Amino acid sequence: MTPRTITELAAALRSGSTSPRTLLADALAHAERSQKDLNAYLAVTRELAEAQADAATRELQDHPDTASPLCGIPMALKDVLCVDGIETTAGSKMLSGFKPPYTGTAVQRLFDAGAVCIGKTNCDEFAMGSSTENSAYGPVGNPWDIERVPGGSSGGSAATVAAGTVPYSLGSDTGGSIRQPAALCGVVGFKPTYGRVSRYGLIAFASSLDQIGPFTRTVEDCALVYSAIAGHDPRDSTSDPRAVDDPLASLHAGVAGMRLGVPREYLAAGLEPGVRASVESAFRVLEAQGATLQEVSLPSTDVALSVYYVIAPAECSSNLARYDGVRFGNRVERPTVTEMYMQTREAGFGPEVKRRIMLGTYALSSGYYDAYYRQAQKVRTLVSQEFEAVFNQVDAIVCPTSPSVAFPMGSHDEPLSMYMCDVVTLPANLAGVPGISVPCGFVDGLPVGLQVIAPRFEDSRVFRVAQAYEQATEFHAELSPYAREAA
Amino acid sequence: MTETATLTAAALDRYEVVIGLEVHAQLLTRSKMFCPCPADYISAAPNENTCPVCLGLPGVLPTINQQAVEYTVRTALALHCDIPAFTKFDRKNYFYPDLPKGYQISQYDLPLSVHGHLEFPVGGETVRCGITRVHLEEDTGTMHHAGDVLQSATSSLIDLNRCGVPLMEIVGDPDLRTPEAAREYLVRLRQILTYIGVNDGNLEQGSFRCDANISLRPRGADELGVKVEVKNMNSFRAVQRALESEIERQTGVLDSGGTLVQETRGWVEAQGRTISQRSKEQAHDYRYFPEPDLPPLRLDTAYVERVRAALPELPEARAQRFQQQYGLNAYDAAVLTDTREDADTLEALVAAGVPAKLAANWQSGDVAALANELRTPLRQSGLGIDGLASLLRLVDAGTINGPTAKELLTELYVGGGNPEALVRDRGLAQVSDTTELSALVDAAIAANPAAATDFRAGKQQALGQLMRSVKDATGGKADMPLVNRLLRDRLAEQ
Repeated sequence: MTPRTITELAAALRSGSTSPRTLLADALAHAERSQKDLNAYLAVTRELAEAQADAATRELQDHPDTASPLCGIPMALKDVLCVDGIETTAGSKMLSGFKPPYTGTAVQRLFDAGAVCIGKTNCDEFAMGSSTENSAYGPVGNPWDIERVPGGSSGGSAATVAAGTVPYSLGSDTGGSIRQPAALCGVVGFKPTYGRVSRYGLIAFASSLDQIGPFTRTVEDCALVYSAIAGHDPRDSTSDPRAVDDPLASLHAGVAGMRLGVPREYLAAGLEPGVRASVESAFRVLEAQGATLQEVSLPSTDVALSVYYVIAPAECSSNLARYDGVRFGNRVERPTVTEMYMQTREAGFGPEVKRRIMLGTYALSSGYYDAYYRQAQKVRTLVSQEFEAVFNQVDAIVCPTSPSVAFPMGSHDEPLSMYMCDVVTLPANLAGVPGISVPCGFVDGLPVGLQVIAPRFEDSRVFRVAQAYEQATEFHAELSPYAREAA
Repeated sequence: MTETATLTAAALDRYEVVIGLEVHAQLLTRSKMFCPCPADYISAAPNENTCPVCLGLPGVLPTINQQAVEYTVRTALALHCDIPAFTKFDRKNYFYPDLPKGYQISQYDLPLSVHGHLEFPVGGETVRCGITRVHLEEDTGTMHHAGDVLQSATSSLIDLNRCGVPLMEIVGDPDLRTPEAAREYLVRLRQILTYIGVNDGNLEQGSFRCDANISLRPRGADELGVKVEVKNMNSFRAVQRALESEIERQTGVLDSGGTLVQETRGWVEAQGRTISQRSKEQAHDYRYFPEPDLPPLRLDTAYVERVRAALPELPEARAQRFQQQYGLNAYDAAVLTDTREDADTLEALVAAGVPAKLAANWQSGDVAALANELRTPLRQSGLGIDGLASLLRLVDAGTINGPTAKELLTELYVGGGNPEALVRDRGLAQVSDTTELSALVDAAIAANPAAATDFRAGKQQALGQLMRSVKDATGGKADMPLVNRLLRDRLAEQ
């Protein structure tokens, strides 16, 4: 028996062959067994999960036909998502012990659907990083090779799905933090259109780029979770009021007749040969399904990275100002308030967070604003326009998710080399367009991801292309050693 | 004239004073600017009216209070401002314990309104001051220190009830030339804000706050002098005194050949002077940038016109109308339109059948004096507007005389009651029967022959004794103008 998908588990729960309590017990046991190797969890929320499992049991008994497919199924949340009364640290010492007094919108929607939350997953501190090595609580092991990183920043959420502990989890994606770890862990990871999923309750890194999204084992599961969390939220003024179309309705429509673009800049130097080979064979699979592939150009790709590393740090420098030791989080007691601020932030933040706060503060400073922030915003507009122009030629973009497979821990000790990990994911954040990563092969036993990007609000099209590819291949069914053990 | 004012007047001969005011006015919305918490921070227990949003907890997001936007548009229109079709919010970043997010959501380069003006009288002349902009932001919390200031306090308490209360910033052009003009600008501005119902105009409690920028330049110079910002002024009088004191200080520096530094100074009421708080070098770099959590605000013409159509009549226009429609003189019209409540009262009395001039005289005279003495406005008194209207209708109809009406006014103001019933029950109706009064006049002349003789000999004052005699004979209820006429007629006859 393989670790089952949401769809399979939903059927099993309705046939009576399993129960929410049984699924929960298995998930908790597996989380506990693999924690030493993977360090995927910062907290296990057994009490919450048991209460939710019992509520789900009643719901499935009382309303088996109308209960959500997510009802009674275990899941995990990246530790940047606030849950009422549950410690939420964002992977930072600054917030150790912090228990939010409220639950965020996307999480609440899952809870309302009957989700059973088994814990909070490890991540780069305040979601800043591409390897989860920036967590204040130790790195996460990649279930395919625990000496290697799972990617980041949502490394724990990717690893726990790849390990088969839970069939899905939520992460957040600011520059690739869902898609890149999904690729490196061999699972499906989706970043919705900016404005599709409420950010209320997501601890902010960069407000204009952040978006919550799911990790799953299959594209269908991913569409299912996305449907449950998407939609307008009056608490988030950047959430879009338009109705969300059902991605499941067009999921199996196939790619016959579709025009798919391959940005030449995304296949440029820096791409590992094995990744290139896997992705190019994925293009052939899509062609075999009836799609037409053509080369397109996104000329500003090389400067998008620089733009991102001005805008994201600028927003983060402001978003993280609230961690001042005054009302919540940790405080270093000092005789004066200025010293208290400085010592609290010195002790509470890790080096990468400090680096980005410094970068962003500089970029917004009087005399530098025009040269950095304003200029970056202009180029950001250009990046968006280039996507729009490409989408006049093609229906969707297909490309690699990450230039490399999972790399050994400690190998990217120079910040810039780490930043390069996101070079083909972050343009989608700058443009606000949806993107998914699906497993498309292996290099020396390490997973490779295929990225599909569509125009804004065409999230369903992303799922449709990804589903067509997944149906024609078996890479998604490959199991990590931890997942084989789970089975 | 105070000593400082004298010095100020002397300085004004040599230097031109340039003053621009920044006013922060809290909006009278029910809820806060970016969350549903009640905006009432005065009557609530500390930190009672707070939620994750205004506490700035991790993961929360702001949502715009539409009422606050409407109030700001209303203000902007009352100040003749342009409302651009596109406006946005920005973050103003700085650390302070009363600012839990570490930034204030404000407006920087694209404010909600620009290019307005305010006209007001100063010493009999009308002064016009430009309004640079009116924008919307959020207030901070309040702090109480065990010690003088935050940095030296042994401990500090923070109350975040005020944090997130909608705050409107009204920036005036540097068009003001005297401390008196600055004061009158504020008086008129506060009047307008309270008139249109967006602010309660309370300087002491800080719902209406003012900072002043002031510089001096030699008369005839084109370039502006070095600007000093003055803060901590909690009354109109404080604003005027602080500016006078600052003119004196700056004049002293300039006269002795010194140079002024650009700085922020605080007014110390007890010492009657300003002291330096922060130099230009210590000024914050607020690192403004567009608030990414809020999309830009687009206010279309139809919306602006709806707000304009709903704008109440402003004090100046209303005073004009009172002169034309009710025949009031300019002074009475100004006094009676000073507050919207007073003007509404007058129009309510007129609507209830009281002639406008009669209503105006009583309202600005005895009623105002009584309200002031008892510290109870008419609307909250036992009399009320309806009671006053009944009373004045009795005066107008000649049913009661002036002195009786005054006595009743005081009694009813405190204790309440129906004026008509009271007049009837106590028999207070004035005696205006000519036959009855003529008899009393004859009796008075007979009883006071010396007074009658004196009057006939040209001593006008002698009439008083005869009048009192008739008044006393009616228990004070005589129609005295009638008595006056009857007495004069009878005395002229003989």
